[in-house]
Amino acid sequence: MSATALREDQAVITGVGVIAPTGFGLGPHWEATLAGRSAIRRITRFDPSVYSCQLAGEAAGFSVEEHLPTRLVTQTDRMTHMALVAADLAIADAGIDLSGLDEFEAAVITANSSGGFEFGQDELQRLWTRGPRSVSAYLSIAWFYAASTGQLSIRHGLRGPCGVVATDQAGGLDAVAAAGRVLADGVRAVITGGTDASLCSWGFVTQIPGGRLSRVADPDRAYLPFDEQASGYVPGEGGAILIVERADHAADRQAAGYGVILGHAATFDPPPWSGHGPRLADAIRLALRDAGLEPGEVDAVFADAAGIPEADEIEAAALREVFGAGQVPVCAPKAMTGRLYAGAGALDIATALLAIANDTLPPTGAAIRPRADHQIDLVTGAPRRAPVGTVLVVARGHGGFNSALLLRGM
Amino acid sequence: MKEFDLDDLRGLMKGCAGVDEGVDIDGDILHVPFEQLGYDSLALLEIAHKIEDQMGVIIPDGSVEKMQTPVEIIVYVNSDVLKAS
Repeated sequence: MSATALREDQAVITGVGVIAPTGFGLGPHWEATLAGRSAIRRITRFDPSVYSCQLAGEAAGFSVEEHLPTRLVTQTDRMTHMALVAADLAIADAGIDLSGLDEFEAAVITANSSGGFEFGQDELQRLWTRGPRSVSAYLSIAWFYAASTGQLSIRHGLRGPCGVVATDQAGGLDAVAAAGRVLADGVRAVITGGTDASLCSWGFVTQIPGGRLSRVADPDRAYLPFDEQASGYVPGEGGAILIVERADHAADRQAAGYGVILGHAATFDPPPWSGHGPRLADAIRLALRDAGLEPGEVDAVFADAAGIPEADEIEAAALREVFGAGQVPVCAPKAMTGRLYAGAGALDIATALLAIANDTLPPTGAAIRPRADHQIDLVTGAPRRAPVGTVLVVARGHGGFNSALLLRGM
Repeated sequence: MKEFDLDDLRGLMKGCAGVDEGVDIDGDILHVPFEQLGYDSLALLEIAHKIEDQMGVIIPDGSVEKMQTPVEIIVYVNSDVLKAS
């Protein structure tokens, strides 16, 4: 697609920074993904033996001390550590000089859904063992969803329309789409994407009762989206930070760019007693309409891949409804990282952009055999070479959030 | 009450709030504004709580957070003003 075909305010993704269980950095993450190397293991961060779910995708390759000054490490949670460092990677990748922009022409919009769980857990322990005055003053700014956006805004001096999107696992797509939308108001660049880090005992205690985590002990058999033996998912930590720029701004500084956001839509499921069904297919159709595309123009779908049988059925049905049975290849590399909550959508976008750049669809990993009745063409086992120009990324958040975003290569 | 000196304060600053990039916390910081050293009001609140623990005193809320330089805190803590906790 030539630059002249883009609207001047169209959103171009010019930089990507990844911190994921599969690797520190976009390259290592892509390599591990192509190799089908699952990062799901028994948790090492704390002793999980008392819990019914003991697996997670830990970003083991990331030690924050190597990348941030202690001042920032002390006053923020791991989710923000990851966001700050991934942003540094993305900014370097984009080759953008943010200090050269007017402070109101650049912004930060991230997604988050767990907040500063580990930081909060430590402070709760202090509260109940040593009393209120031992609780860190920094808890006030470390735990809330917008902490990463705030710290990024301060660190880089960005005072455009900043914000945070908290739509559970749909957030990673919703935030990137929001970043694309503010470009119409004269903002030239946005730091966006999302990270989440909820791998602590407090985090597990909040997630396990929901009944959505797999209780299977074998790391290779726990998170099997679309499989006959799907038993829930495994949580992971990390995500991706992306630099999104106005097409004219990217062109002016001759930034290469990975791809373009063509369209997005978000819907919310009605309650079960309403008599109306889930609205994932609607989100996909609305996103296609927003992009001006027909279903047949989509080369691949990166699925939400909940790994919960009923949720898998709903997603497979939505894909059949929009694209026809087996008519579009479906990828779910998140089977190798776990579900990263607010980091998932952003990481899927990063992986999708490399799939486009390399005309290669990543495997879903493990030995997943999709149920025949899903009628989806799931890319399993090995990477699949195919022309990939336009990709749909889908994400759902607990409670009814649906989000669909369309990307095309440069 | 034992005397509270610059090294004590320095240790608490590093422990509570870390050190910012490019700041020489081990140098002569006695009269350097906290803002320049990268410590905001939350950092000072945190430091005040740790001084209370370490020195066994009660520091009224709002007193330390407004101080501009390390020497002011040191003088305040060593003065007879503070009650024991």
